[in-house]
Amino acid sequence: MAGVPLAWYLILSAILFALGIAGFLFRRNLITMFMSIELMLNAVNLSFVAFSYKFGRVDGQIFTFFVMVVAAAEAAVGLAIILAVFRTRKTLAVDEIDSLKY
Amino acid sequence: MSQYYTSTDHFVLIPALMLALFGCAVLLFDFLIFPHPKQRKWLIVFLIIGEIFTGAGLWRQQSFLSSYGLNELTAFNGTLTIDGFALFFNWLFVLLSVLVAIVSYRYLEIENEHHGEYYGLILLAQCGMFFMATGTDLITLFLGLELTALSFYVMVGFLRTQKRSNEAAMKYLLLGAFSSGLLVYGFSLFYGLSGSTKIVDVADALAAREPGDPLVVLAMAAVAVGVLFKVSAAPFHMWAPDAYEGAPTTITAFLATGSKAASFAFLMRIFLGPLESARPTWEPLLIGAAVLSLFIGNIAAVTQTNVKRLLAYSSISHAGYILLGLIAGNETGLIGVAVYVAVYAFMTLGAFLVLVALRRRDLIGEDIEDLAGLMESSPGYAVLMLIFMLSLAGIPPTAGFIGKYYILLALIQTGHYTLAVIAAVFVAVAIYYYFRIVRAMFVSERKETAPLASTFGIKVALAVSGVLTLGIGIYPDPFLRMAGFSLIR
Amino acid sequence: MVSAILFYLFALMILGGAVLMVTRRNAVHAALWLVVTLLGVAGVFLLRSAEFLFVVQIMLYIGGVVLLILFVIMLVNLDAEARQPRFHRQWLLALACAVVVGAEIVYVLLSGLEAFRLAPAVTAVQTGGSTERLADVLFSEYLLPFEIASILLLVAIVGSVVMAKKRI
Repeated sequence: MAGVPLAWYLILSAILFALGIAGFLFRRNLITMFMSIELMLNAVNLSFVAFSYKFGRVDGQIFTFFVMVVAAAEAAVGLAIILAVFRTRKTLAVDEIDSLKY
Repeated sequence: MSQYYTSTDHFVLIPALMLALFGCAVLLFDFLIFPHPKQRKWLIVFLIIGEIFTGAGLWRQQSFLSSYGLNELTAFNGTLTIDGFALFFNWLFVLLSVLVAIVSYRYLEIENEHHGEYYGLILLAQCGMFFMATGTDLITLFLGLELTALSFYVMVGFLRTQKRSNEAAMKYLLLGAFSSGLLVYGFSLFYGLSGSTKIVDVADALAAREPGDPLVVLAMAAVAVGVLFKVSAAPFHMWAPDAYEGAPTTITAFLATGSKAASFAFLMRIFLGPLESARPTWEPLLIGAAVLSLFIGNIAAVTQTNVKRLLAYSSISHAGYILLGLIAGNETGLIGVAVYVAVYAFMTLGAFLVLVALRRRDLIGEDIEDLAGLMESSPGYAVLMLIFMLSLAGIPPTAGFIGKYYILLALIQTGHYTLAVIAAVFVAVAIYYYFRIVRAMFVSERKETAPLASTFGIKVALAVSGVLTLGIGIYPDPFLRMAGFSLIR
Repeated sequence: MVSAILFYLFALMILGGAVLMVTRRNAVHAALWLVVTLLGVAGVFLLRSAEFLFVVQIMLYIGGVVLLILFVIMLVNLDAEARQPRFHRQWLLALACAVVVGAEIVYVLLSGLEAFRLAPAVTAVQTGGSTERLADVLFSEYLLPFEIASILLLVAIVGSVVMAKKRI
């Protein structure tokens, strides 16, 4: 198969995954942290689809499909929880949400 | 391969079908048939009926396996496997769900958040746990895990108007979703290494690789970190104390027992399945996590004043003990994991149920001081709490001792002497903080005058967990026989 | 040749969008950069002949998830947020951590690339990746996960109503 080898897809996925981790670890806004998790899941999807193409099997695409379903479900519940948090305390900065400490 | 829903598939799926069916039915009945708040107790009755049907399905599967002398029964092309392991954990989930449901009525009334969705979510979460313990396909395991986790995110935040509760839900959700991301990245590498999502195929493909292969190590590390988050082992435990403290106490009880047991079932399926051949690479990692869990759990628990938080740290340390059973890895160790998970579930559930009973309209009842003089005001509860604390500390003749005995025995049999010594040393630390609670109950001056207003449900649930905790300790044979049946073959 | 150029274009969209999403102060801007990343991922799906996922990615991710995120950003007033520091105090540590993780993954992937092959027990019978094949396999072999996903979505619906509605 001419064109871009599998390795490039996997590296792209790895870098995107690392960016997702970085965003999750160093942003302090809940919604941005949430979006970083979406980046991680997209990285996972990229590598599934790349493998699936290489193997000529569709299982990888099916796994991707389910990861997307899970991501959507998590987003719905997560954003509802974020709304509930905001309703009780009017901020979304993680280090100010700290009523649960020793 | 022409038929995709055979009678075997149906037979294996029945418990999950019942849980999903009754879960949906509870959600519907909540506003169709029992719209009045006073009628919510019928939802609990309905939940119990659902669990009876689920139990009947499990019972039929168990008798099928034993009457034909089978070790396992697979369905859906190897997607689900019913074996002793799956049955053991599913029985545990049935018991825990029923006990949690029957104590919830008064607690939710007091918190003013009594909704039918609560019972529906318990059943649907248990449906997810079924797939976590029974699934032998990466997709099914992952979806089961997410189904359980999503239900728990909502249940942890069920007291929507309370800051603590929705903050706990938010932290749990963020770290839960993050760990799912890590886990599923590991799964994508599993898929890349084998081209299949079936656990058997992945196991074969990984076993064919040479030991210490960096790709296997990478996949293992991603999966291990994700799973260790789920079982709240250190250093990935930081969500647990917050989630346990902020959640409604009944849900804390369910989260600390049901969800934890399911996560360990999931962990065993992965680590004894695809990753069995990579044992030399994951053993050091899990040893580190186990020792760190013992250390952080036990040391941090010493200074806690909130009992829920204290029990959260204690549950982190118990996760360390359970991991030690997996590290030992011989027959005693693996049976020990099942024994310890079940025993841990009974005693932890009992301890949280006493806190549920302590919750009164004017008293949150979560601080150690709130337990002061409990012996004087309600001796029954104090004695039960004493039993649970003795068991958590691992003192004979309680169930906790049997669990620790198995783990330590397995460690000594496999020559992990240092680990055995470390595990034993932390038992001594644990005794100190469990006895802070006991001292508060028996020695401290009584402050609270209002008597414990209990319900029938709480009494039954406490009696069951008390009898199990003490009974397994005194006469462990029947229980150990069941646990022995649970070995993954 | 064309596919290579398209790949680099999409890769640029993905990585550029991701970097900007992670670093933008304004949450709305971050969400819009997320859309760029997601579009790039959708393009890569197309290159790897996953047409169905391409459509799902656009409809479900960009049309659903990002829209939801934008809604929430609108509902919660983030003006105060924009004036505050956007990163944790230990952001350098976090960045180092992420860089190490990323570099390690890339290194390991490159060192063992030939390992990604089919296990002997698995055959590549399901040739191609057309939507039709996907549907065949999804509704036969993966029937059970599909049903579990429906329960998962039910929980998501019930859960988000419980959490977000003032009075249930």
